[in-house]
Amino acid sequence: MRLTWWKITAIVLLAYAVIGGLLLPVPELTQLGETIRNLYYHVCMWFAMMILFTVSIIQSIKYLRTGSIEHDIKAVSYAGVGTYLGLLGYATGAIWASFTWADPNNPAFASFGSIMREPKLIGAAIALLIYGAYFILRSSITDMDQRARVSAVYNIFAYAMLFPSIWIIPRLLPSLHPGQEGNPALNFNDIDARMRMVFYPAVIGWTLLGAWIATLKIRHKILMEKKWFTNEK
Amino acid sequence: MKRVAEIASTHNTITLEALNQFTALLKKEFLLETRQQHTLYGVMLYIASTVFVIYLTIDSPDADTWNSLFWITQLFICINAVAKSFLQEARGRMLYYYSITSPVVFILSKLSYNVLLMLAMNLVNLLLYTAFMGNPTESFLQFLFIGLLGSMGLGLVFTMLAAIASKAMQQASLMAILGFPLIIPQLLLLVRLSKTAFSEVFRDGVPQQLVLLLVSLDILIVFLAVILYPFLWKD
Repeated sequence: MRLTWWKITAIVLLAYAVIGGLLLPVPELTQLGETIRNLYYHVCMWFAMMILFTVSIIQSIKYLRTGSIEHDIKAVSYAGVGTYLGLLGYATGAIWASFTWADPNNPAFASFGSIMREPKLIGAAIALLIYGAYFILRSSITDMDQRARVSAVYNIFAYAMLFPSIWIIPRLLPSLHPGQEGNPALNFNDIDARMRMVFYPAVIGWTLLGAWIATLKIRHKILMEKKWFTNEK
Repeated sequence: MKRVAEIASTHNTITLEALNQFTALLKKEFLLETRQQHTLYGVMLYIASTVFVIYLTIDSPDADTWNSLFWITQLFICINAVAKSFLQEARGRMLYYYSITSPVVFILSKLSYNVLLMLAMNLVNLLLYTAFMGNPTESFLQFLFIGLLGSMGLGLVFTMLAAIASKAMQQASLMAILGFPLIIPQLLLLVRLSKTAFSEVFRDGVPQQLVLLLVSLDILIVFLAVILYPFLWKD
């Protein structure tokens, strides 16, 4: 295993995010209590997911420009890890919501319907559905080059449509979710200074971890299809 | 100076040629529609049976239900009506188009034709809804306008998705999977905007803003289609 500088950075930052995130002082808010620490994990998942999806679409554009199958492999790997992080984001969000939003008189499952009608959750659901469709589209085309081209086109088209929706939906529906105006946690006033000390390193750490996983997947896939690459590289 | 004039004139002939190709392709779509009438009647029958089923399963829906049912019906009609635009093009025929026209002209003709088709289907749908389930709208004209605007957007999005899905197996079901996440924002905007026709009071300027958003989304889609379709075109 080669440990390049950014992998070491990822390890250090994540160690800091886990240890510091659980031990360092946080503001005391009656509603949130200690669940506020979930910010370091839940919000970071979404950040990392969006960053990886962005990398994926850049690779798709590169594929369309160059036609090199390597970019296609990169695009699908980053999209895969992004989707996985998105699912983790839902999981961490569900835990958080069950402590803060869920109706205490209702079992968690019964409050699902009222929680799901959240603009942020809908936006995330759209993103995950898009990438689910992306993988199904890929699996339904057998020819390799065509699969790469068609899925790159869908990736770009869907991503370009995703952004208006993330911008539009919050303006149509009421929300309990923090960060109503613009992006949650990007706004400086949203987070306490003490939390920012952990939050930003955590975002970078999780994103680097996602990229790390993706590079492993890419290497694996390239090795799997090595016989097509011997001529190219 | 002479060179500039020359370039300008060749440029003019190119745009003129593209325009000719565009009208020819559009004419071909209409011609096909009149020759293969079963597809058009198929879509109309689809609308009729869908509305009839809804009519039988729900009696006298209130305005909100009517509105959302109308838009969902419209969405399914769109998938069925637009899917055929690429399904019916055989491989050989695509090859023929490839030799006589450019991808941009081709996709623009498809987009325009499907928009026109969806506008017509919207009218049929609205007529049947009104006949079967009454019309709870306060301002019918407003709803008609919103309906036409929305159908245009649906037609545009699904044309591009039909182009994508036509390259894969199980095209019709794939189109729905690919399209639903993308159409959610537009559908939400439309359902919301339609409420102006049901006498819901909006703040000043909000309906205009929603219309503007829908129009700019449509422009974005056309723009993306023009950029991306050339990559799908090559086989």
